[in-house]
Amino acid sequence: MLQEESDLALIIAQIVQKLKGSNLYAQLERQAWASLQRPEIKLESLKEDIKEFFKISGWEKKLQNAVYSELNVFPLPSHPAAPPEHLKEPLVYMRKAQGSWEKRILKSLNSMCTELSIPLARKRPVGEQKELLNKWNEMGTDEPDLSLFRPVYAPKDFLEVLINLRNPNYENGDSHSFRTHLGLIQVPLKVKDIPELKEFFVELGLTAGQLGIDDSTQVPPELFENEHVRIGQKVLSEQDSAAAQQYIRQGSPTALRAELWALILNISSQPEDILYYEQLKTNVIQHDLLVDSLIYKDVKLTASNDDYYFVFEDYLYQVLLCFSRDTSVLGHFAYNSASPPKSYIRGKLGLEEYAVFYPPNGVIPFHGFSMYVAPLCFLYHEPSKLYQIFREMYVRFFFRLHSISSHPSGIVSLCLLFETLLQTYLPQLFYHLREIGAQPLRISFKWMVRAFSGYLATDQLLLLWDRILGYNSLEILAVLAAAVFAFRAVNLMEVTSLAAAEAVLADLSTLKVMPLLQIFLFATVT
Amino acid sequence: MPRMALTRKCRDSRLGAGSTVLNLIELQEIMFKNYYTAFLTIRVRQHTSTHTPAKWVTCLRDYCLMPDPHSEEGAQEYVSLFKHQMLCDMGKVLELRLILRQPSPLWLSFTVEELQIYQQGPKDLGIWFQVSPTLPASGQYAFALQSPSMTFPKWLSHPVPCEQPAPLLEGLPDPSRVSSEVQQMWALTEMIRASHTSTRIGRFDVDGCYDLNLLSYT
Repeated sequence: MLQEESDLALIIAQIVQKLKGSNLYAQLERQAWASLQRPEIKLESLKEDIKEFFKISGWEKKLQNAVYSELNVFPLPSHPAAPPEHLKEPLVYMRKAQGSWEKRILKSLNSMCTELSIPLARKRPVGEQKELLNKWNEMGTDEPDLSLFRPVYAPKDFLEVLINLRNPNYENGDSHSFRTHLGLIQVPLKVKDIPELKEFFVELGLTAGQLGIDDSTQVPPELFENEHVRIGQKVLSEQDSAAAQQYIRQGSPTALRAELWALILNISSQPEDILYYEQLKTNVIQHDLLVDSLIYKDVKLTASNDDYYFVFEDYLYQVLLCFSRDTSVLGHFAYNSASPPKSYIRGKLGLEEYAVFYPPNGVIPFHGFSMYVAPLCFLYHEPSKLYQIFREMYVRFFFRLHSISSHPSGIVSLCLLFETLLQTYLPQLFYHLREIGAQPLRISFKWMVRAFSGYLATDQLLLLWDRILGYNSLEILAVLAAAVFAFRAVNLMEVTSLAAAEAVLADLSTLKVMPLLQIFLFATVT
Repeated sequence: MPRMALTRKCRDSRLGAGSTVLNLIELQEIMFKNYYTAFLTIRVRQHTSTHTPAKWVTCLRDYCLMPDPHSEEGAQEYVSLFKHQMLCDMGKVLELRLILRQPSPLWLSFTVEELQIYQQGPKDLGIWFQVSPTLPASGQYAFALQSPSMTFPKWLSHPVPCEQPAPLLEGLPDPSRVSSEVQQMWALTEMIRASHTSTRIGRFDVDGCYDLNLLSYT
């Protein structure tokens, strides 16, 4: 059909255009020039010979990985008449809701700025710059007075916004009818049901081996684990992103995880990347931002208090402070329903040449933001690599957890998926919790917004994040949340208040993620 | 001035009315933005050479715009329908009728917006008609059709063969069919090229200065 051909040509044009500006393009060009000296490259068949050379030397694989990465991250080109906002978020009322939410955040930040009389940004005096450079590896020892700072918002504030989200074209009506949802989310997004989830997560089924289940001590390693590790090593030696993504659906061996994630996210530490990170570090040294204090406060309140992550406190500052200065993150706003906050250089209000984004990466951290970075510290110890991995994870996945959109991996869809799963497969539990004023989403929301970081034991969390990477989707967070409720259903049926329900679900650190998911998806009698 | 008819089947079977004549156009493409319509049927009345009165023919039957009429998927998407998707020949169209169906009772209203029709005229130029996007909630529709107020983009009047995005597959059957598709592809690649973001310089300050006012709300 001509339509599909022109769609394909459009996708190819878009990817070529994106890759043309990248490091890989320059490297390929250099390699092509260098290869002309090789004896097997003949002038008559120049194009074919160079292509063959790329195939043998592994450069074709790198290009394949880059293309695969682009296909995974960027949405397909939409209809030519669709404006850019449509690519960010197709539903108009959701765009509006996101806009109002952003305005609230900006107002909050502005008022903090005026109340505390602290500028949004200030250039550090030379003495202070030297001091910070010396202290760079131990910023955690610093004890600045952060008592006046408060986080811009917490997940529960965001939940209230989502609860009040309404489609103006939807007949809600005042009285409860078949139209009102029984849960907190009232927008009719399409979410998968269990048969569709079973198909989507087919590799998690009962007949497939899983790390997290089939590598436990009682199971002899010859049955699954040894072979799985061997395949993992092969995938790594082939350096194939797509194969790695498929492989990791059954979990990643601990020894291979760091490399596998880097391969899937298409991160290779080139000298340019290390230089880029150093440049960001220089930016941190030169300018002090108000969001830095927010980051400090967040790390002190969350990661530093966590038994697993407090040792990584210094790493967290090194990553998050640099993250705020990274303008390359602005690129993800093309497909994020959010927009970066804007400001003007003092005295040049309204002049477009003096318009800037604040913070430079456009992302205002909220309470718990540092927990997105903390688990990665177990895998990567070199700051620039840790930074690159976190940045890629953010622009692929984490941004969806705190912006209002209709995307299937967006937080609104995850909330609705959770509530729908619970209602459909545990109706008694759902009804009981609703009756006692303990809407289940009020408890599970914070788990999903943080992708369970800080709630699960780290090895379990990493097994969960393996699957997020493998399926390129966050839906597994909603399924796990429902599975946790299913697991503790007996206790939950006996509680009589929200506080008691919270207490039953307060400690998830002993849970084993993969058995819960498998039982909920594949072994529950419906 | 040529006008268009749009009929909407509501839950209570009210139909819109009002239609007039299009001037014997050959339809290439119909483009619109959906607003909660689930299924679309298009009927045309074509000019026949004999003196028999022209009949209404269905050229698109129950085209699905929303896979699940009760949920938001596809509810506000931009859609293009091409000549080759139609059940009948789209030459010499006198009148066009769109029938919208939305079986779900959840939605307050449903329609299509920003309707544009591309035709293949004698000089091989695409001309589009813009329909007023605001339709009354029920009953009769009367549309005013504005003459194209925007200037034609360059590629329409001067189709310069610029850099091809990718080689088309070999052995395409009909060159004239292909040419219209290729023209659109050129336009798309031009659009993308024109809108490409500036290269990553990495600088967030303006000449070393990052001393800011408060954040602006616009």
